[in-house]
Amino acid sequence: MVRAVSLSVVLYVLWLLLSGHYESLTLVLGAVSSVFVAWIAYRMDVADREGHPIHLTWRSLVYWPWLFWEIVKANLEVARLILAPRLAISPTVIKVKASQPDELGHVIYANSITLTPGTVSIDVRDATIEVHAITREMAEGLQTGEMDRRVTRMEGAG
Amino acid sequence: MDLALDLLSWFCLVAGVLFGVTAGIGLLRLPDLFTRMHAAGIGDTLAAALVVLGLTLQAGLTINLIKLALIMVFILLTSPTSTHALAKAALHGGVKPLLDSGKDDPSSKT
Repeated sequence: MVRAVSLSVVLYVLWLLLSGHYESLTLVLGAVSSVFVAWIAYRMDVADREGHPIHLTWRSLVYWPWLFWEIVKANLEVARLILAPRLAISPTVIKVKASQPDELGHVIYANSITLTPGTVSIDVRDATIEVHAITREMAEGLQTGEMDRRVTRMEGAG
Repeated sequence: MDLALDLLSWFCLVAGVLFGVTAGIGLLRLPDLFTRMHAAGIGDTLAAALVVLGLTLQAGLTINLIKLALIMVFILLTSPTSTHALAKAALHGGVKPLLDSGKDDPSSKT
């Protein structure tokens, strides 16, 4: 129920920001539709900890800046590889363990891997993620498990 | 102040475009589907982020700023999903990733 209320608030804020119309009629209509959508989501059981993960909000504020910086570094590395006169790539497929307690954590981890250029998750099965990396070094960088630890920490476990 | 913002904004836009071109070169130069996905990743992340950042500096403190930021958030949420779908479809279709076999393999030639 808390999640449904929070979802309707988030929807309404999003609606306010996107609409740009602030007459009382549109404000009321927006509020009604936000609550209606949240109610449907609640009835469908999709406003749960996977669909609306508010429990991650605060810790994600630590994780996102770190991830963003990792993305910038990996981008520069891959751009360097592409523009180098000799294409020094060594494509590698590795399996990494996802130590998060639930599927939401696995998805966050797998998506973080994919968002970082140079590594793409190609399969997720039973807490094991298969990763394609463009060079062996990037695969090794992932195997240090720092990203895995940080995602786990964001989920509040470990 | 305006000039500084403009310069910063243009710097971001030009850098974003350069990264976009790099992603394009990578798409052409890299040998197979899986390595090309890494090049496309540049376009999804840093190139898009720099262009959006440059545009937010042009937009100033208006409602468009928030809309641009939301665009970036949605790109960051959807692009790994589509990349994953693409990789999965390729694997199911029987495309095998080209793997590094040793020091002197054909994939390291231009």
